This record gives sequence, structure tokens and C-alpha cells, in this order.
Amino acid sequence: MELSAEDILGDSVITTRVEAVLDWGRQSSLWPFVFGTACCAIEFMATAASRYDIARFGAEVLRFSPRHADLLVVAGTISMKQAPILKQIYEQMPEPRWVVSMGACACSGGFYDNYTTLQGIDEIVPVDVYIAGCPPRPEALLDAVMEIQKMIWKEPALKARHSDYKGIFDV
Amino acid sequence: MFEFEELKALVASVERADSDRGGGYRAISVDSKDIYRCCELLRDRFDYPLLLDITAVDRLKLTARPKERFKLVYIFRHANFRDTLIVETPLREGEEKLESITSLFFAADWLERETYDQYGIEFTKHPNLKRILNHMEFEGHPLRKDYPIDKRQLCTRTQDMFDELFPKLERKGLDPERDALMILNLGPSHPASHGTIRTITALDGERIVAAASEIGYLHRGFEKSAEECRYNQIVPYTDRLNYCSALMNNIGYAKCVEDRLGIELPARAVFIRVMLAELSRIIDHLVCLAAGLLDMGAQTNYWYLFNPRNDAYDFLSRLTGARLTNSYMRIGGMTADLYEGWESDLQNVLRKVEKGVDESLVMIEHNRIFIERTQDISPVSAQEALSYGFTGPNLRASGVPYDLRFARPYYFYDDFDFEMVIGSHGDTYDRMMVRFEEISQSIGIIRQAMKEIPEGAINIDDKSIVLPPKRDVYETIEGTINQFKLIFEGFKVPAGELYSATEAANGELGFYLVSDGGPKPYKLKVRAPSLLHMQAYPDIITDYQLADAIMTLGSLNIIAGEMDR
Repeated sequence: MELSAEDILGDSVITTRVEAVLDWGRQSSLWPFVFGTACCAIEFMATAASRYDIARFGAEVLRFSPRHADLLVVAGTISMKQAPILKQIYEQMPEPRWVVSMGACACSGGFYDNYTTLQGIDEIVPVDVYIAGCPPRPEALLDAVMEIQKMIWKEPALKARHSDYKGIFDV
Repeated sequence: MFEFEELKALVASVERADSDRGGGYRAISVDSKDIYRCCELLRDRFDYPLLLDITAVDRLKLTARPKERFKLVYIFRHANFRDTLIVETPLREGEEKLESITSLFFAADWLERETYDQYGIEFTKHPNLKRILNHMEFEGHPLRKDYPIDKRQLCTRTQDMFDELFPKLERKGLDPERDALMILNLGPSHPASHGTIRTITALDGERIVAAASEIGYLHRGFEKSAEECRYNQIVPYTDRLNYCSALMNNIGYAKCVEDRLGIELPARAVFIRVMLAELSRIIDHLVCLAAGLLDMGAQTNYWYLFNPRNDAYDFLSRLTGARLTNSYMRIGGMTADLYEGWESDLQNVLRKVEKGVDESLVMIEHNRIFIERTQDISPVSAQEALSYGFTGPNLRASGVPYDLRFARPYYFYDDFDFEMVIGSHGDTYDRMMVRFEEISQSIGIIRQAMKEIPEGAINIDDKSIVLPPKRDVYETIEGTINQFKLIFEGFKVPAGELYSATEAANGELGFYLVSDGGPKPYKLKVRAPSLLHMQAYPDIITDYQLADAIMTLGSLNIIAGEMDR
């Protein structure tokens, strides 16, 4: 007679790795913090509303305290004035945390190549998924959430992420 | 009516401004040392109660450069709401100083701060002359012609805003320590701040005893970028001013340039513009009401109002190819005609909007929670609203019958049968209810326009302004050259200045265009209604509860993209 857990407890128990359980939990219950500044934030509202329903992907628990969130969605133009605030909010989020850069402005400054606009948030925080569009359609945002879920599944759960990142505020 | 001779007798330095205007607006110029006296007379004696905008023009790069580098521009509206008066003051380089008019017009405060921030014009006796759109570590003045467009400056700190809050407390004889007040900061990243608005409050219990707001977090340099673009290239930038009703900004901007060019649009184009403008107004009001009601916990209303908005966006996607930022208008017309079957789609949208609004109204109209949380909260009297520089639904909620569609009808608005919606108290309740009713009025206008829309062209017949049909571009050499010339060189707009305004969802959306005769605007200033609404916000929430202040912000419908530009 075998002495493994399956033999003693039957089908009522499965054995797996701790990491896999963590990943499974994390990917199905992402808590987004929406750093919404501009037009993209309006499309985020549409994504959260009943037509597109972000709840289907387990990411409907919007948290407006960064300390409760693990997914930062930067939706909109980040001006130079706004940049230190975004950095502060990112710092306040506990690990593990993922960042979605939503729309052309957040990704690259968009067509605001001028004195006031930050040319992409990846100058101050590490970005995991970029979404193109000005603004992206709600479907694109849902796609990004699914990308993050895939990423969570593939990555080791207990390893610090982006530890080698250096932005303009990290001196 | 404005009597030039009468003003001239009182202020000797007043002259008729010589620059070419178009659009039938009057302009005078006055010496900078007489500006205060002149504005005082205009307000008290000549009945110009509404200060619309203050801006400056840096004439450094103009070919015919006058000896004074700067020109300050004040735009006033008469009490009959029809006449606009522009007052100009030349200022020499190195002597960019003149007296502030904040003691005359409440609205002047932020407008003067913006002019200081962007152009470096100093206003003496201004109570708090500091930067407003750019951050406090910024050096130089970005809208000066010698400031390079891509010179970015790093911001590392935020300001505490105590310099604005504490004087307000002092005036009330309050001390944060002694009176055990709580200082609470809201925003700029706050779920109920509708974007990127920051307000710092001093609380006595839950009551706000003093507040100050900071803006500029979404300053995207629209005006500087516009100076680098040809006229049609600016259309996408205008989408992103008030992104809840992008088409209306398209229309307001296109109309301004067309007015300067002296273009008369074909009737079909005008009808399409009216329908889309009113549909945008509906969408804008839906977002405002949905978000405002969500702020007070009425989540079901959010679904009921947001879903028909999605249907409207489906229609716009089919028509323009984009949901939010449509870029559908062009100077002299628009990109494409209505598609086949648009009538039934649009009717369907209107029916769904009506249903959503009805369902939402059933839930709130006689709802005690809604009524008690909105009635008599932050009321603004008609007098105050005018002095704040309010326009649009917020001004009408206070009982002032001002709507540009009635006061200065454009685009056949005088032929449509609809009513101006006017409130009485100017409280949160009125501001929201005016919007509910305006949705119904706009639906009426669209239905009338759908019945009467004529066949015909959607663009003017002028090859030097409108792109040729793609068929000609691919099949004829003339078409190819025409397309090439328009894309690479653009068209030229006659030199001169013009202020042109339309009634947008939030109020009077004005564009002040200065052209030097080239294919790009020399200066393009947006008169954004939200900026002035926001300026009044700290004042009108004082003495009310913190939770009500959130509702008040929602009911004012501040759109950061338009406010900060």
C-alpha cells in the first residue's frame, strides 16, 4: 500500500506546488488601481461597465488605495507635473505588482511631443504590458488583462520583479 | 450697446484696434496703465458682466512686428450675451507688467495666473500670482515664441498648497491648531476627483471651512503643439480637449477657422454637424450624470446611463471609425458622408437614451436621498455665476438665460424648435436636472434634423482647402498633386485675429485664433468652460459637507483635458 496523500485522502485533495497555487489565485483576482488621467480613463469606465464587464476576468475589484492593489493601470497622459505622483503611487504598491500602460500617451507621450508631457511612463516605472490606441478600445484593455494573467502564470511567484529597473527618479 | 465715443471721453488712451477681425466682433486697444479703469467702466457703465478670457500674444515672430513684443487680450461678453468685445493692451519687452483686474472680476484670478505662467506677464496687485498649469520647478514661459517646444523640465516635488489655504482660514479667524481643524487632501489621483484635480480642504468635523484647488496635472501643451501643426492636423488635438464630447470640439475649432476663411458650409454638412454636436452633448451629459450619481452610491443609474452611451459610441464607430476621439471634422466639411442605414441606427440610439434617462429619473426624481443630498447644496446665485465666468448648463442652472444657440444662433439653430433649459437655485440638484432636460431637448433637435436633412455635398467646393476624392488622387495627376500640396503645404489662412465660440456641452467653447497668413496658426487659445467652473469650486463647496463637495464636483462636470489643455 502506498503512503502518498492521494492514497490516504482519495480525490478530495490535490497536491501541487505552492507557486502554482499563488499564481492561480493572483491571476484570477487582480485588483487594479486605475491611475486615470485623461481620455483613456473614460474608456476604462466603459470597460468596467456592464457591456464589457471586466468582472469576467476577475479584475473588477477596483482599489483606489495603491496599498490594496496589485495591477496599476496607467490610463492617460502623464505630464511632468504628474510624474512624481505616479512614481509615489507605484512605490506604495506592495510586491508583486504589474503595470499596464494604456494608450499612446502613457506608452510614449503620444502626439504630445512637447514641453509638458512625459514621453512614456517607462521612464519612471517598469511597464509589463503596453496597449496601443488613442484611446484603446475596451477589448484591447481586456486583452492586456489576459496578457498579465498569462505572465503571472509563467513567472516564478516568489521572485522579486524588475529589481534591475532604473528610471529617471531612481538615482 | 457699446459706445466707443463715450468710452473714449472717459479713458483717453482708448483706440479702435486696427487688426482685421472678421466675425463682427469689436475690438479696442488701450494703454496698459489704463486697463483697470477701462475694465471697471466696461463692467459698471457699459454692461459687460462676463469676462470670458484673458490671454497674451507674443509677437516676436510676426513678420510685421510692432515695437511692443506682447499684446494682452481680454475678451468680454455684453449682458445681452450677443456682443463680444475684445480689449487689447500692448506691452513692451522688459516691461511686461500691468494691473490685475481680479478685484473687478473673480474670473480673472486663474486667467491672469495662466497668462503669467505661459507668457511671463506680471499682474501687479494680484493676490496670488504663481504658476498654475506648469509645475513650480518650471523655469521660463513655454508659450513665448523663443521657448523650444520640446524643452522638458523635470518636476520632483509637489506643493503643499498651504499658501492658498491658510490665508483663507485667517480671513475667517480660524487656526488649524487652536480650532482642531483637519487638513485633508483630495487628489490628484482620487476616484471621485474625475480626472486629475487636486483640492485641499480644512475640515471642522465633516464641514469644509476652507478649500483650495490645484490644476494643471493634465496640461498637455495643446496651444504650443497647435502652433506647430497645419490647420487640419490640429483636429485630432481638439478631440482630446473635452474627450467626453470630442465631436463638439472638432466642430468648434473647424467653425473658428472657417469663419476666418469666410467659408459657408453646404446645408447637408451643417445638418450633420448639428446632429453630431447634439449627440455629443447627450453623451457628455450622460457621462456627467452617470459618474455624478455613482459618486453618491447610485450605481444602478450608472449602468442605465452608461449603456445607451455605449450604443451611441457604436453608432459613432460605424460613422467615424472611432469611439471617443473621432477626428471627423475637417476645415470646410468632414471626412465622409453618413453611411447607408444611419437613420435607423441613430433612431435606435435615441430610443435607448430616452429609455435609460427615463429609468434613471424614475429612481431619483422622488427619491428622498437624492433630493436631500442635492437640493440647496452649494447654490450659486445668478450674480455669482456671472462673476465666476460660468457658462453652459452650470450658468443656466443658476437661472441665467444664456445659451449661444439662442444668443448668437449659428448653424440654423434659430430654425430648430427647442427650448432653453433654465434652473432657479443653481444648486447641485439644478445642475444635474438641467442636464437631464437638455438631453431631451437635444434628442428633439436631432429628430428634427433627421427629418429635414437635405441631400447634397458635405464639403465646400474648393480644391485649395478640401482634399480631393481618393478616386481622383489615384487616377489623375491633378488629383495627386492636389492631395500632395494640401498634405505637405496645407492651406493658408488670411492674417488677422478672430474669436469664435460655440455652445459646447459644458458651456461656451471659444477659440481665439491669431493667423500670420501661413499654413499654421500663429496662436490658438482655447477658452475652456471647465477652467472657470473649477476656479469657483473651492468657494462654492465651503460651508458644506465633504461628501457633498464630491457631488458638487460631479455636477459641475469638470473635464480635465479641457480645463488644463
